[in-house]
Amino acid sequence: MTTGDKPHPEKMKLAIYWGAACGGCCVSVLDTHEGLLDITAAAEPVFWPIALDTKYRDVEAMPDQYIDLTLFNGAIRNSENKHMAELLRRKSKILVAYGSCAHMGGIPGLANFFSKLEVINRVYDESESTKNPEKVHPDTHFTVREGELDIPEFYNEVYPLNKIVEVDYFIPGCPPQSSRLLEVFNAIVSGVPLPPKGSVIGALDKTNCDDCKRKKSDKKLVKRFYRPWEIEDDHETCFLEQGIICMGPATRGGCGVRCVEGNGPCRGCYGPPPGSSDPGAKMMSAIATMIDSNDPDEIDAIVDDIVDPAGLFYRFSLPLSILGKKLL
Amino acid sequence: MNFRPTIIAFLCNWCAYTGADLAGTSRMKYAPNIRIIRVMCSGRIEPSFVLKAYRKGADGVLICGCHPGDCHYQTGNYRCLRRYKLLVKYLEQMGIEKERTRLEWISASEGKQFAELVNSMTLTILNLGPAKIKYMPEYQPQNQQL
Repeated sequence: MTTGDKPHPEKMKLAIYWGAACGGCCVSVLDTHEGLLDITAAAEPVFWPIALDTKYRDVEAMPDQYIDLTLFNGAIRNSENKHMAELLRRKSKILVAYGSCAHMGGIPGLANFFSKLEVINRVYDESESTKNPEKVHPDTHFTVREGELDIPEFYNEVYPLNKIVEVDYFIPGCPPQSSRLLEVFNAIVSGVPLPPKGSVIGALDKTNCDDCKRKKSDKKLVKRFYRPWEIEDDHETCFLEQGIICMGPATRGGCGVRCVEGNGPCRGCYGPPPGSSDPGAKMMSAIATMIDSNDPDEIDAIVDDIVDPAGLFYRFSLPLSILGKKLL
Repeated sequence: MNFRPTIIAFLCNWCAYTGADLAGTSRMKYAPNIRIIRVMCSGRIEPSFVLKAYRKGADGVLICGCHPGDCHYQTGNYRCLRRYKLLVKYLEQMGIEKERTRLEWISASEGKQFAELVNSMTLTILNLGPAKIKYMPEYQPQNQQL
């Protein structure tokens, strides 16, 4: 729809918006290829910044609950993200946290290892490519010749969407698999009874290991852990048994184990399986028991192979985890 | 300064809890700052238990199990040791000092050692001061199905 056009009266209204995101989630919608024609046949996109020239004021002008389905991707990083999350919540019947960032904080959530001040200092003063002798830092409000200007406030923390507004469903993934999106979309359009509010949809209830075709044995004990580039993968044995950390055991299935099929270990973008709120803690629990030693010093040496446990086990889920952020 | 630390202690049923019980029945006096949670085995203690303890306001976490080789379930305490080593590394990265989380072996007959351990742990936490997590703005994960 272009501004001013009347949307189709009988079609479902669809909105897709991004918060703190890379844009990959929006692209994953386009990645449905000709499936996109099915989507637009059943639904009228009324707001979608990556594809349509729609403005915030168009959304503000809509009556409450006007949009049938909103896919919100990206985390909440600043006051603009929060404003749009609240606005879209008000205007939407179903609000879906789409992708890892909206679901758990995602990659932007790794900023929770630093405070706002550290981030700003790094970007505006310290980074190697920065030249800022006057130490100019962003200001949320300032006056220019043309008038007063306001820019969004940068928060101290990154939040997943459900910390800011009520979320109806979560579609995990970085980005979610396009085929899964089509399944979910078709289910919503066909009017079948939807799962209870707050459910994760477009994913399985079992972990990725359940789907993984690599050879696994009962004995998962290793004398050292390798980073993927330190060892040659044999392309058929379970990554963990080779000593490469794979997030499969603490990650919800549904992605089709694409990383492992491509000979890379799972990174955990689909988030924790049902019943576990902190995937990193679960993963630490599982990984630690694989250490093949009872001697405290040897265990220390093996643990030292895991260079950055916080970044590795909470790559996508830091803001959702029990601690949520680094304590400064 | 009027800081009274709260220390959550996870004690295994067979050795450490019995040891703590012995300290009690022997009327030994020790610092009143610990809150004991009995588990069947130190191997039952998940990293998330410790994280939740800090999240809910603990200043320190004490984990006690049977001495190496003495586990009632044979290897539970070794599993606990491995998890502890990895967890402490993670906690340090997250800004929780490693001294706050302590793993010690206490046998069923070591009531005195248990009382001394609690005193020394309490002293450590008193010196460290309150856990920083208490000053963080509320960041509670909502109780929805994830």
